[in-house]
Amino acid sequence: MVDVGIKLALTLTQIASVMGIVLLTVALLTLLERKVLGWMQDRMGPMEVGPYGILQPVADGLKLFFKEDIIPAGANRIMFSMAPVLSLVPALIGFAVIPFGPTWNVEWFGVEFKPFVISDINIGVLYILAFASIGAYGVILGGWSSNSKYSLLGGLRSAAQLISYELNVGLAIVGVLLLSSSLSMVTITEAQTGGFWRWYAFAPLPFPQFIAFVVFIIASVAETNRTPFDLPEAESELVAGFFTEYSGMRFAFFFLAEYANMILVSCVATVLFFGGWDAPLPFLQFHGSLEHLEWLSGMFWFTVKVYTFLFLFFWLRATLPRLRYDQLMRFGWKVLLPIALGNIVITSIMAYIFS
Amino acid sequence: MVGLDLLAEYLSKYSPILIFIVLALGFGLVTLALSYLVQPKYPEAEKLTTYECGSEPFSDSRMPFPIRYYVIAMLFVIFDIEVIFLYPWAITFYDLGIIGLIEMLIFIGLFVVAYVYAWQKGALEWD
Repeated sequence: MVDVGIKLALTLTQIASVMGIVLLTVALLTLLERKVLGWMQDRMGPMEVGPYGILQPVADGLKLFFKEDIIPAGANRIMFSMAPVLSLVPALIGFAVIPFGPTWNVEWFGVEFKPFVISDINIGVLYILAFASIGAYGVILGGWSSNSKYSLLGGLRSAAQLISYELNVGLAIVGVLLLSSSLSMVTITEAQTGGFWRWYAFAPLPFPQFIAFVVFIIASVAETNRTPFDLPEAESELVAGFFTEYSGMRFAFFFLAEYANMILVSCVATVLFFGGWDAPLPFLQFHGSLEHLEWLSGMFWFTVKVYTFLFLFFWLRATLPRLRYDQLMRFGWKVLLPIALGNIVITSIMAYIFS
Repeated sequence: MVGLDLLAEYLSKYSPILIFIVLALGFGLVTLALSYLVQPKYPEAEKLTTYECGSEPFSDSRMPFPIRYYVIAMLFVIFDIEVIFLYPWAITFYDLGIIGLIEMLIFIGLFVVAYVYAWQKGALEWD
């Protein structure tokens, strides 16, 4: 019974730290995005709150927290209230299966425990995909229940976009699953340790998954509703898309969900294609007599990779114009899908030849 | 005992996830509740009307929408199930050998037939 209590306490600590780190990262990203966009457009970004504007996320958060939360008279109250939560929760709980550091089995207070992953389930990839799909419900319910034309159109567009690109995400990762013979995020990371030439995006034999990675990252940008695929919230035509009618904390939740999803897909891309916490060159990882510090370098490299992908998101936003809706659907169904399918066929044939 | 051991293993692996779901849900609801306590509430009829660029909303928004969205949803359901069938094959690929490869190439061939059919029928067009 004591064991269960300690295990519970350790798990709660893990969950609390992961949620805390994710929410803090979201706060940091809202500032970083505006700063990066500012620099790319040769201006300063937010500068007023605190030195160099670093307290801007705090100010934004407090403002949204104290704002009146308007529910339009025509809205379906229950669904309108629940949609932001339904959108935020799946974005947060995806982090339960991400390995942030080396796979250690440590024994603390007589309880076996993996410090760097909340739960290593053997269907990790499937779990993330399943909950990512539930996020679409939040979007479409929010759009429909607002009883506003902009919201309805935004919600519909968003739902069609999410499901179209989810198919491509699902197809793009089949190659990785084939090479690693596992759905567990931990096993997939472990199969890639030893340097960047063993990461699935680059591993030359049997077939590098770089094309699959490109498909995955494009589809992920579309799934998180980021520019150039931000049609659900296209300001110039739909005001703000599915969250036009939202204000205050509920609006903040949609915002949180979008950024948490960005972090999540960056983590998934890191784990599946870029070796997770593995260092690009083996000597950049603490080992030998310093092996007890391996987690430090592991988490460092994980963070570096995730932030590289997040920077890529901002970079795309600063560079590319928004697609038209027919271009978006055509690109997803007629370009990405055949590429992803072809990748599976080639990967499986090559894997058979080299097995 | 085997069954009980399996159950214990599942519980130890999936209970953290259940706790996480509960905590994430709790975070959402508690934050909303706290915000509800501190925020000003001045509802007015004008403020609560649906936003339509400042003009009076002229019809209900519960209106018919293009059938295209429905077609895309149907295609997604069909193709996504086929993708899910690829997963068990992919993770047992090295155990199945040549038989598994050939069978799955036939399966992907059927996938392509359905895909080409949908394309030819114009289900993927958007105008």
